[in-house]
Amino acid sequence: MLAYIIRRLLYALPILIGVNLITFALFFVVNSPDDMARMQLGVKRVTPEAIEKWKAERGYDRPLLWNAQAPGVAAATETIFFQKSVKMFAFDFGRADDGRDIAREIATRMAPSLAVALPVFALGLFAAVTFALLLVYFRASYLDFWGVVFCVAMMSVSGLFYIIGGQWLVSKVWHLVPISGYAGGADAAKFLVLPVIISVIGGIGSSTRWYRTLFLEEITKDYVRTARAKGLSERAVLFGHVLRNALIPILTGVVVLIPLLFMGSLLIESFFGIPGLGSYTIDAINAQDFAVVRAMVFIGSLLYIVGLLLTDISYTLVDPRVRLQ
Amino acid sequence: MKIVPLWSDALLILLLALVVAGAWWSRKQAHLKDAWRKVGASGTAMAAATVLAAFVVVGVLDSLHYRPALPAKGDGPVQYSNEVLSVLDALLLPLKSRSEKTYSAPLATHLFAKESLDGEGRDFPRLKHGGVHLGQDLAAQDGDIAMRVLTGLGLGVALWLPLWFWVRKRKIGAGDTAMGSVLGTAFVMLLVAGPVALLSAGYHVLGTDKVGQDVLYLTLKSIRTGLLIGTLTTLIMLPAAVLLGILAGYVGGWVDDLIQYLYTVLNSIPGVLLIAAAVLMMQVIIDTHPEWFATSAERADARLLALCLILGVTSWTGLARLLRGETLKLREMDYVQAARAFGVGRLAIMLRHILPNLMHIVLIALVMDFSGLVLAEAVLSYVGIGVDPNTISFGTMINAARMELAREPMVWWSLAAAFAFMFALVLAANLFADAVRDAFDPRAVK
Repeated sequence: MLAYIIRRLLYALPILIGVNLITFALFFVVNSPDDMARMQLGVKRVTPEAIEKWKAERGYDRPLLWNAQAPGVAAATETIFFQKSVKMFAFDFGRADDGRDIAREIATRMAPSLAVALPVFALGLFAAVTFALLLVYFRASYLDFWGVVFCVAMMSVSGLFYIIGGQWLVSKVWHLVPISGYAGGADAAKFLVLPVIISVIGGIGSSTRWYRTLFLEEITKDYVRTARAKGLSERAVLFGHVLRNALIPILTGVVVLIPLLFMGSLLIESFFGIPGLGSYTIDAINAQDFAVVRAMVFIGSLLYIVGLLLTDISYTLVDPRVRLQ
Repeated sequence: MKIVPLWSDALLILLLALVVAGAWWSRKQAHLKDAWRKVGASGTAMAAATVLAAFVVVGVLDSLHYRPALPAKGDGPVQYSNEVLSVLDALLLPLKSRSEKTYSAPLATHLFAKESLDGEGRDFPRLKHGGVHLGQDLAAQDGDIAMRVLTGLGLGVALWLPLWFWVRKRKIGAGDTAMGSVLGTAFVMLLVAGPVALLSAGYHVLGTDKVGQDVLYLTLKSIRTGLLIGTLTTLIMLPAAVLLGILAGYVGGWVDDLIQYLYTVLNSIPGVLLIAAAVLMMQVIIDTHPEWFATSAERADARLLALCLILGVTSWTGLARLLRGETLKLREMDYVQAARAFGVGRLAIMLRHILPNLMHIVLIALVMDFSGLVLAEAVLSYVGIGVDPNTISFGTMINAARMELAREPMVWWSLAAAFAFMFALVLAANLFADAVRDAFDPRAVK
């Protein structure tokens, strides 16, 4: 097992290097730092000195890949590639445009993101599995039919409308919770209730339909027929046999998402003013803070790769038939 | 008048041509014909297809662009306006040109906000265009609206009856539930369209937005953007996904490793972040090269296409992986082995024997991705990494309107209009996609 994990981690390394190369190419080769400076300082009427100053502030005044002027090893390290891309592996992301250290900012913003994302994840999974089981229990009835219609209708509404509508109804008309904002500690609850509920509702349509399909696939298997044949009640069949076996694809499907929970949700956080990583990303996009976006791309990919690793490990835990070599 | 073929127009028309050609080709393929017949027999699918067809007609009309000639000055060469119009703009000219000062509610005769009128204190000023035919006789408004609705309903029925008679006479799908649902959907749509058309001749049926533009006009214009994003994204990525998927699956070896590495890397960057990064960089390119674009419409169009490309790059990985898996399966099939034994070349096998048998996966991907992409456009435009802010789209409409719910009394009509049109489009697309998948996917669960 340990050997397998180590080998998987080694496999992950080239992928991470690939991600790093792609972001480097995207941010420094597709556009030269001069272009970015010109864009941020205003395209017209920008002096060469202003561009040089902008580049020097961010350390973009070095050569891209090879610094011929620097002596010895510094020829490779005193470059944009080493300073901006290689150092990301050591979680050194440099400074944002407002002068703050990006790595530190990311560390402090993870907690609010998790405070929203974790309940959404757990509640959403629970609600969707329950709902899907209910539909399967009443399969091929009107309840099932209209349940699926309801799911498809829910899927067809843009997430923006759930947020806008929910904020308007609950906060503005009913005055139940504050529209947006965030506080640490126990006060956070009243700010978190609405975003969590809205996210769960927004995601329930597609996941319910997906789980229903999984359950229906499982229900045609031979062992289910055997279970019925030996006289088990439908409820015992569903909960004792179908649910347990269908949980394998469900769990392995969601395990990959768990590390990504740290990234938070862009939309929810920006609408509700939650100071997490999602709103950090949005603010960086709007302010065109390239350093922050680059850091978030790297962190996101890292977490995704960790998720893939966890998925493979979780296969062995929930399904004894799978053996890792 | 000078015809301006935008790149996206050309691609949309290419796509339509492909659809028509594909339909013609599948007429001769028994298994495809059967699958389509299954789609055609489903009532929901055909109702959804009718709604989609209406959206496509609006989108195509909005994709035929031209620059009108300016009135001639002397006998110099003809000058063309900088504004790029579409056929839809020409058809909706009354809606487009009759803009008010600012917000006004649906069917209103007065502006939404009070203003100081000269000498008469503060009051709601009369609209310049909405309900202006009423003159001073505002009490007649209800009667006028009722009259227009009734005439519109009559018009709708009058337009529908010939269709019904035609279908009955030609006995197309006689006694079919699917044909019934097409007629039923068409009936409902005409019943809605008739009154809306007549009302919009005299009023702003869905009100006006912040700068006084008619909301009905904006929603109709948004349809093209949604359709383009939903279809062109898949179309743009299709060649790459098909080529790489088949190569990886059939050739194997280091080619397979390389392609798998490529899509694993792309796949491991969270989609939104990759899109954000790529769009930021694209903005830099567009902003630093203003000389590339003759009109602002061309710039917005370039940005739209670039967005499709970026969305395509982030989403081709899934399709490529599916195609690779299916190719692995197909290359071991007897008929492929036989072709190899006869000495057919690799390229010919991939083109003639593998590719046609992957087409159902491509088709399913095309229809399944559509609704997700339409929804994604709205979110991305809200985040600020979507279409050009001057492009009319559902995303930009929602973005402009979302702060207005806080007003008292609130401005709800822009959001409601965007919601209703988007919901109809996405719901129809979802239902149609499900039917297509059920018919074409051999493993589909009923």
